[in-house]
Amino acid sequence: MQIVRALLTRLATTLVTLLGAAIIVFVVIRVVPGNPIAMMLPPGATDADIERLKTLYGLDKSIPEQFWIWIVNVAQGDFGTSITLRQPVFDLVIGRLPATLELSLIALVIAVLIGGTAALTATLYRDTKIEGGIDVAGGVALSLPDFLWGLALILVLGVLWPLFHISGRVSPSLGFDFHSNFFLLEALLRLRFDVVFDLLGHMLLPALALAIPLAAIILQLLKQSLKECMHDDYITLARTKGYSETSIITRDALPNAILPTLTLIGVQFTFLIGGTVIIERLFSYEGLGNMAIDAVINRDLPLIQGIVLVFALLFTLVNLLVDMTYAALNPRLRHA
Amino acid sequence: MSYLSIQDLTVRLRNGLPLLRKVSLDVKSGEVRALVGESGAGKSMIGKAVLGILPRAARLTGGTILLDGEDLLALPPKARRQRIGAKAALIPQDPLTALNPSRRIGPQITDRLVDILGWKRPEAEARAFELLEEVHIQSPRRVMKSYPHELSGGMRQRVLIASAFAAEPKLIIADEPTTALDVTVQKQILKLIREMQERHQTALLFVTHDLGVVSKISQSLTVLYAGKVIEDTGVRAFFDAPQHAYSKALLAATPKYTDPDGSLMPVPDNIIAAVEREVAAFDAQMNE
Repeated sequence: MQIVRALLTRLATTLVTLLGAAIIVFVVIRVVPGNPIAMMLPPGATDADIERLKTLYGLDKSIPEQFWIWIVNVAQGDFGTSITLRQPVFDLVIGRLPATLELSLIALVIAVLIGGTAALTATLYRDTKIEGGIDVAGGVALSLPDFLWGLALILVLGVLWPLFHISGRVSPSLGFDFHSNFFLLEALLRLRFDVVFDLLGHMLLPALALAIPLAAIILQLLKQSLKECMHDDYITLARTKGYSETSIITRDALPNAILPTLTLIGVQFTFLIGGTVIIERLFSYEGLGNMAIDAVINRDLPLIQGIVLVFALLFTLVNLLVDMTYAALNPRLRHA
Repeated sequence: MSYLSIQDLTVRLRNGLPLLRKVSLDVKSGEVRALVGESGAGKSMIGKAVLGILPRAARLTGGTILLDGEDLLALPPKARRQRIGAKAALIPQDPLTALNPSRRIGPQITDRLVDILGWKRPEAEARAFELLEEVHIQSPRRVMKSYPHELSGGMRQRVLIASAFAAEPKLIIADEPTTALDVTVQKQILKLIREMQERHQTALLFVTHDLGVVSKISQSLTVLYAGKVIEDTGVRAFFDAPQHAYSKALLAATPKYTDPDGSLMPVPDNIIAAVEREVAAFDAQMNE
């Protein structure tokens, strides 16, 4: 009963959040200068032509009126048609979403692996030069935003030592025929490891660019929590039992130190997803973010709205997931 | 034959300030020795030095620790750690913080048996069940599946006692194990420790500042002041006729139940001054 109520409350807040995001985007993209009509017509179009097109797309109505029409359609599953691509927005977004999801998740995994390992190592070698070195590396990682890391990676690992692909999602030369848009997942399930390898080779640099700042944040917070835990009594007691420092850190300290980091990862992961917009552009990766930039440049209003709505939905889902994991990991919350 | 034998143990802060000054003491197999002194006298520090859990700011600078005839400080770190884990155990001061909040009770009792001593898990769990019964826990199976926050302070201390006896250590160091508990629970826990010690015939080093407890539990005691042994004697001899002036004053300062309204009497200043002089003279000798 309690769970049902909690879920309903959650669903309601999610809907309110999505509606808020929809309103803001809807109004903002109509208030800022520039409109899709100007992009579509050749120079020298007559006023009558402009008016005709405006009526066609419903842009002659007031903003509240336009919003009402749009939201009623969305509620029925109709997200409209892209002005530039002339395809249903829903199909376009669903087609691109898997690429972005796969990239974000790979980036998240990389960030957790790097940040977590660094934090554990720094705790193991606390108060030594090794911890100092890790701190410095973390500081450097944090001082640059993801897109600058992207440029640096392209320069070093794409141009100077061309070890990885710097553009696209998969090598066309492979001639692999995908049935879904979850390329990585599909290749894994079909056991085509050559394709998996190629996909990862394409994803590594953009994912790394997204992961580096997040890894540094994970490092800092997790190390801090771990070091605080290391003073706790149960750690001292574990020491008298004959365990090595490594197993004390990973088995006794880590489960207690990880909770604040988990919350932070949730919040930061939404930033990471936001970061895909620029990173995908930088690496010509055919995801949702790349499409979002095109949509904005072309003032493709229905497409922008659809993409933003999907991003908003993604953010609320991530938050929900974090809350659920938190409750599962913290025994003190489980019975509350 | 002493199970634990400490000779000239010296522990200093990193800046050289001594915390323990050439402490020597023995605990025989099956013997209960109390370690008494004021706060900061170094009582707990001795236990920590033996168990290898000195705080990072402190360093062992001299002396030997023989556990079961083996020189602990001569062993390489890993072997020392495992030897201590197998032969000695700690009953900690505060049961509310000494259990890992995110792990179940069962594994916290059995992990040493499985990981260090190489027992099979079912055997270790059967042993944990037995131990929890021994410390008078009503439903051991349920408790083993519980998390620490689901148990009361007294229950948690019982669990910690069971855990300390898990590997059949022949030395238990109890670091003020009742200080953090309710007065009513204190008595039960004290009785339980005594009971377990007798049944398992372990040597017990009992750290306390409560002389009332000392008379109930121990056969011998060591009085410390500023990390220096002031008196080392049998319990009967101590309560009948303490030798050192500081011991006498300490004994006189113990509040008595027979005189509930009597004002608390601190150790007199001139006695403190005398014992401070003694420590200073000892330091001068030690640094030569």
